[in-house]
Amino acid sequence: MSALAKDTHHDHDHKPTGLKRWFFSTNHKDIGTLYLIFALTMFFVGGAMAMIIRAELFQPGLQFVDPQFYNSMVTIHALVMIFGAVMPAGVGLANWMIPLMIGAPDMALPRMNNMSFWILPFAFALLLSTIFMQGGGPAGGWTMYPPLVLQTGDAFPFLIFAVHFLGISSIMGAINIIATVFNMRAPGMSLMQMPLFVWTWVITSFLLIASLPVLAGAVTMLLTDKYFGTSFFSAAGGGDPVLFQHIFWFFGHPEVYILALPAFGIVSSIIPTFSRKPLFGYASMVYATASIAILSFFVWAHHMFTVGLPIKGELFFMYATMLIAVPTGVKVFNWMATMWKGSMTFETPMLFAVAFVILFTIGGFSGLMLGITPVDFQYHDTYFVVAHFHYVLLTGAVFALMAAVYYWLPKWTGHMYDERLGKIHFWLSTISANVLFFPQHFLGLAGMPRRIPDYNIQFADFNMISSIGGFAYGVTQLLFIYIVIKCALGGKKAKAVSWEGAKGLEWTVPSPAPFHTFETPPKIRKEMLENG
Amino acid sequence: MKSIYQKFLAFIIFTPLTAIADWGLNMTQGVTPISKEIYDMHMLTLWVVTIIGILVFGVMFWSIFHHRKSKGAKAAKFSHSTTVEIIWTIVPTAIIISLAIPATGLLIRMDDTSEAKITIKATGIQWKWKYDYLDEDITLYSSLDAKSQEVAQRDSGQNPMEHENYLLDVDEPLVVPVNTKLRILTTAEDVIHAWWVPELGWKRDAIPGFINDNWAVIEEPGTYRGNCTEICGKGHGYMPIVVKAVSMEDYETWVDDKKALKLAALESQNKILTMDESMAEGEKVYKKQCLMCHQANGEGVPGAFPALAGSEIALKKENTLEHLYRIIYGKNLMPKFGDQLSDVEIAAVTTYERNAWGNNTGDLIQPKEVAEARKNQTK
Repeated sequence: MSALAKDTHHDHDHKPTGLKRWFFSTNHKDIGTLYLIFALTMFFVGGAMAMIIRAELFQPGLQFVDPQFYNSMVTIHALVMIFGAVMPAGVGLANWMIPLMIGAPDMALPRMNNMSFWILPFAFALLLSTIFMQGGGPAGGWTMYPPLVLQTGDAFPFLIFAVHFLGISSIMGAINIIATVFNMRAPGMSLMQMPLFVWTWVITSFLLIASLPVLAGAVTMLLTDKYFGTSFFSAAGGGDPVLFQHIFWFFGHPEVYILALPAFGIVSSIIPTFSRKPLFGYASMVYATASIAILSFFVWAHHMFTVGLPIKGELFFMYATMLIAVPTGVKVFNWMATMWKGSMTFETPMLFAVAFVILFTIGGFSGLMLGITPVDFQYHDTYFVVAHFHYVLLTGAVFALMAAVYYWLPKWTGHMYDERLGKIHFWLSTISANVLFFPQHFLGLAGMPRRIPDYNIQFADFNMISSIGGFAYGVTQLLFIYIVIKCALGGKKAKAVSWEGAKGLEWTVPSPAPFHTFETPPKIRKEMLENG
Repeated sequence: MKSIYQKFLAFIIFTPLTAIADWGLNMTQGVTPISKEIYDMHMLTLWVVTIIGILVFGVMFWSIFHHRKSKGAKAAKFSHSTTVEIIWTIVPTAIIISLAIPATGLLIRMDDTSEAKITIKATGIQWKWKYDYLDEDITLYSSLDAKSQEVAQRDSGQNPMEHENYLLDVDEPLVVPVNTKLRILTTAEDVIHAWWVPELGWKRDAIPGFINDNWAVIEEPGTYRGNCTEICGKGHGYMPIVVKAVSMEDYETWVDDKKALKLAALESQNKILTMDESMAEGEKVYKKQCLMCHQANGEGVPGAFPALAGSEIALKKENTLEHLYRIIYGKNLMPKFGDQLSDVEIAAVTTYERNAWGNNTGDLIQPKEVAEARKNQTK
């Protein structure tokens, strides 16, 4: 033990090599990198499925795929993007940045960290293998509503166990983050001095721990309903199919914030940096984030207004849902006030962050509209909803993740990325994402249901525009890969403080960040903190 | 590909010229008092968020243009103000309350299904709708029209653009009178579906084992179209809803005709079918009811839907009764067709399945046998 400790002290940058480095890694930076690469891979897998969907919807009539396969694409696209792309990307960023931001040498539970990552490739191997099975992949929507999901063929147990594994992985990640933040902050860093990114991740972790076991319970009941003769969700046996929806969305709504809160944190780091001005209303940001998280457990039934809830229930969930607009509004106003009277520059991370604020807010507006129960009876399960959650999740969460990658890439690689290409990537992404999703509002209002492979001719024009936007967005993301690889391989040397206005402990270590950092805790001085 | 190209070109050239209204940009106002209120509520919210958006983004863009380093802006130092935090908590709260109040009233009005004149139960079945007129003892099945079904096949070689009501037309619409309070119950037999006609202002899930109720008073005669809106399997996109609203007199005539037809169908039980008749009628029934799963060639879909061509049940004489039972009572994923097909239709489609695609058994099933099979089974 002491020999080992001595050995690592001799050589700060000692790192294992080859396969061992990656498979057995307990280093938060390596595991963070693994998470990010995995997330990017899944982003393209899920994206390929989105391309199939948009190709089929390019014109009315069935051109490329059968309805069953189309439904499985819709289903797996969602599962891959949520559990494979956005969540792991968030955890990857947390792994990389939280220890650096709070002055910790590593995550609190490094072996568990390794395990929580390495579960993911196996979970997705299970899930994606179903596409090639008899009867095809799961095709009842990612929400897995019974009784439809019980009609899934051989893919069914694979789906259930994949979800179990993903849940276990996320819960381990969440425990690790909580343990790290509460135990390993550098002396002198109080909770209310942590960067907002750390705060959002702590709150997200609690959401994960509280909500994922509920999902695990729900899918386990599906499993026993299918194979062991229980009737949790079958009216014929005394159960209730709607019960599943209640349980699912008790997980599902917090899940939405699991995807969104880290994005809030990222943007709260980036906007102050490029405004050269501290984050406005730091404390209110923390409280707003916590309020959103708590409220998220009381709004689940707004996903199921049309199941026939009693009117008192519908009213309660309508009020609770509308209430979320208040803390969310506070956050948007705080970001604006941060920019106000700043000295702004617009490098790629800032562009993505500002686009996030605007486009996420548009998603918030349609969210408020959807929250109004009587009108939701028209919007529900139409393309209006599809437009809404893609504004929140793609131009919201994913844009923030892109911003984060550009923002911290210099710290990770030691090189500046190609700013000109970054800007091109930003503008193409923003324009194409809006061409892709804005017309879907109109489609939904005009009466096009979601999850259909074919449609009436009245929807033809907007679908074609949307598909063109979709293909453009898809192609544009190849540019992102090129930019990242180019930056990893070389480029202008990045300084320790890679951005002029950047504050926070992560900028006190060299770029690229050495394999081991903060082995002795840093001395905290107020002026080096993001939120002093 | 040429048509896509032409369309795209036309789109580029004519979009600014064509009236935006043609594009179906907004929610329909609908044809019921409630749907109009919903439209107003939708517009109110839309305007509220639009104005908030213009104000908020306006301020933000003003800041983006003026407070930039390239314009020589120096960063201010402030980072907190309790006053503004309180303001931008209270103002949104007030806006939300002002939206919640009308929404609450509207929701309460929508909830009142009392004093309905006509009650219709809509049952979702993979992938069609069954309508029971509970006061009239009329039942009808409403499935995708034959033309759409044909065009919707992959590689059908037909252009959906030439079919105006593509995927929004049915073989038999729901007929209702105008200016009458209709109570529409929704439920399902197999999986969850959702019944939605935008012009009526609402959609409601159809859940197996449970019944939801809703109401509508249609004020204008006309044909209103909608879809199933809850994913319900591979036929989800192919189970439209068509409501035909007619005057009360026309409705009553329709009811009488329906009842007369029902009597006629009962009498046809005693009919003796010839082979040719059976095959022709059977093929029609097969195309409409069975083709979606068992496929046009009777081969089914491996792993999901069993083949009929060359199957034990369709070939062996001793399985004839079992064959009828399957059709009448269903099994596993196979829905029961006993309620919606007449004895003649079941006899014909059974004959067809036993003689098509090389299943040349020569078996000819008569309506009488079907009537017997209906009685024998105690399931």
